Amino acid sequence: MSTKFGRLVSFVGKRRFSTSSSVQKGGSEQGVKSLNLCSAINQALHIALDSDPRSYVFGEDVSFGGVFRCTTGLADQFGKKRVFNTPLCEQGIVGFGIGLAAMGNRAIAEIQFADYIFPAFDQIVNEAAKFRYRSGNQFNCGGLTIRTPYGAVGHGGHYHSQSPEAFFCHVPGIKVVIPRSPRQAKGLLLSCIRDPNPIVFFEPKWLYRLAVEEVPEDDYMLPLSEAEVIRQGSDITLVGWGAQLSIMEQACLDAEKEGISCELIDLKTLIPWDKETVEASVNKTGRLLVSHEAPITGGFGAEVSASIVERCFSRLEAPVARICGLDTPFPLVFEPFYVPTKNKILDAIKSTVKY
Amino acid sequence: MAWWFLQRSRIFFSTHQHSKPFLLLPFLNHTSSSFSRPRTLPHKNSPTLFCFSRHESTKADAQFELENDFTEDDTNQEIDFPGGKVGFTSEMRFISKSATKRVPCYRVLDDNGELVKYSNYVQVSKEMGVKMYSDMVILQTMDNMFHEVQRQGRISFYLTQMGEEAVNIASAAALAPDDIVLPQYREPGVLLWRGFTLQQFVHQCFGNTHDLGKGRQMPIHYGSNQHNYFTISSPIATQLPQAVGAAYSLKMDGKSACAVTYCGDGGTSEGDFHAGMNFAAVMDAPVIFICRNNGWAISTPVEEQFRSDGIVVKGKAYGIWGIRVDGNDVLAVYSAVHTAREIAIREKRPVLIEALTYRVGHHSTSDDSTKYRAIDEIEYWKTRRNPVNRFKRWVEKNGWWSDKEELELRSSIRKQLIHAIEVAEKAQKPPLEDMFSDVYDQLPSNLEEQERLLRKSIKKHPKDYPSDVPL
Repeated sequence: MSTKFGRLVSFVGKRRFSTSSSVQKGGSEQGVKSLNLCSAINQALHIALDSDPRSYVFGEDVSFGGVFRCTTGLADQFGKKRVFNTPLCEQGIVGFGIGLAAMGNRAIAEIQFADYIFPAFDQIVNEAAKFRYRSGNQFNCGGLTIRTPYGAVGHGGHYHSQSPEAFFCHVPGIKVVIPRSPRQAKGLLLSCIRDPNPIVFFEPKWLYRLAVEEVPEDDYMLPLSEAEVIRQGSDITLVGWGAQLSIMEQACLDAEKEGISCELIDLKTLIPWDKETVEASVNKTGRLLVSHEAPITGGFGAEVSASIVERCFSRLEAPVARICGLDTPFPLVFEPFYVPTKNKILDAIKSTVKY
Repeated sequence: MAWWFLQRSRIFFSTHQHSKPFLLLPFLNHTSSSFSRPRTLPHKNSPTLFCFSRHESTKADAQFELENDFTEDDTNQEIDFPGGKVGFTSEMRFISKSATKRVPCYRVLDDNGELVKYSNYVQVSKEMGVKMYSDMVILQTMDNMFHEVQRQGRISFYLTQMGEEAVNIASAAALAPDDIVLPQYREPGVLLWRGFTLQQFVHQCFGNTHDLGKGRQMPIHYGSNQHNYFTISSPIATQLPQAVGAAYSLKMDGKSACAVTYCGDGGTSEGDFHAGMNFAAVMDAPVIFICRNNGWAISTPVEEQFRSDGIVVKGKAYGIWGIRVDGNDVLAVYSAVHTAREIAIREKRPVLIEALTYRVGHHSTSDDSTKYRAIDEIEYWKTRRNPVNRFKRWVEKNGWWSDKEELELRSSIRKQLIHAIEVAEKAQKPPLEDMFSDVYDQLPSNLEEQERLLRKSIKKHPKDYPSDVPL
């Protein structure tokens, strides 16, 4: 049986990015297959291309399968006119994708690393996000989905580790979605591709090969802007997204041993986000901890924290805790110090509960 | 259809086959003969730092395509490099920054509206000629009135097309209605040509409830789905890579149409210009890039914008066909765009058109261009090189147009505009709900909440808010 995150194929506490090929174990259920996150993404792209002839997958190196192999086999099956390499130019990739999407296509663009999305920032912020609004709904580029791997992997340093989601959460008109596991990744990605709004879809690259889960083989979608309580608890609410949730889950398990009952929520969609689910949980537990890898200052945790303080102030029994990345550039050899580890979270859970 | 008249054009004088991607220029395809020619001497622009006595500069009038005319040691030896074979040379010669002679500018009509001898151009019917001229007059009249209306404080902003009427109208006339236009902001003539009404222009500038953009953008940010004219955004050159995506879609759908995008000389310095040109070349996208080189990017003259010979030469480096046209010559612009369209659609490839023109007006109503450029210069372009007057002489000479028709047209358009302005001014502002709709396809809960809170505040402090926005 898979967990809420999928099974992790190696020790979680150590962020080692496995380079082994995808784990393919025969499905134990009918129509369900054990897949890692990379293969789940690949399957979603396969379904997207297969189910809509007006869908396209493109980006740097996607033709041969991509540097993470997420687009493996797609060009062979769907042809180089629908799955293709682009020049090495992020603003070009997104600009091209906007034009393609505006003509009624599903443009699935890959930015090779989230660290390299910034040249496309103008196209995302000033163009994609405002395309519908500025035209009075005469035009839209809702068919655009920008996939990009994000987050720490243990050896990525400054430019292969960042979590830039908060920049995009400040932009009305786009949606920001981050899956936590293979099953989630497939269902959410298909929803994003088919959603009539431009979306930035951050993929936790640490989990590409590490997280394995039973994934239904059929075409299914998971709802956007709906958070999920993935662990019930009564003493404190923990909110996170993406790869960080598996670290938080470890902290929840350890806290349980000490008699603390944690409720864990996966936000999944960061904008527009599901405040109500978090609010209901905090009204129950009276305590909130938010955790993400991105630097704490100006991170999306600040938004979650402020919103919940506004809504649940009288119910809160302790200050909201934020366990996040530190306010330094992402540091190579200091990564174990920088990241929000299980024990940092565990300590914060204990001090919040004891406050 | 239009190939016959290209045969005199050096730039287009070429095979119809695709150039090899690595060789970039069509004429290099058939220069194998030049490779085997006897050693040619380097021309004047070779760096003098490495000037060897046996290589004295000779011809000052080196032709444009001699730029890459290196002498090869042995035509049998070459590197089989990814992208195509490359020959060797023992000459250490740097490619000069630009040719000694600037790329000439294609024209059909001289300054007096006379057909230039031997000119090659696409024939224009009387109906087309008159419509082009009339629309230029309408555009001029619209600009004059809107500028006045802005000065009276009735609209917040405006910018004119003065001096660039020919690029606006003639390029539009050469396109088909299903060609997708991704404009910058100084091409409303294209929309006018396609049938956007004066009233629609006025509604947009007044940001009222009839504005298709629902009052959300500054004046002049027009857009019309019905007319295949994407809504304008202020950031410069962002529409270029988007045009490539649109063009790719047209190609994949097997449509006999192309995407057309506009930018100015300043826009060519943006990264998006590079992205657009390079993507278009690599994707074999049927897109026409029309660059209005009007000499000035607000106050920055072209000498401070780039050191290349304008814009047309930039296409060469990307492997894109290009032509420089006299942007104040209606027939030249029309012919070049008409032919570019044929090339783009038939051969599935991008084309770059540099139109040399001049921004006679200020950048916008927020600008006073006499602060940074000579009045004489403006006057010269306004009078001697005026594109509307030049074309008028030609249509008059054809017997297609008279002073009487001119007077009637100008007065009729003025009346129509005055009426349209009255109507637009009286029209309601868009309702408050339009502030929240269309951010997404559906209203998300955070916007629902914010709308509710805002309405509460309006109720409490009605004087804080404009009273003319329906709630």
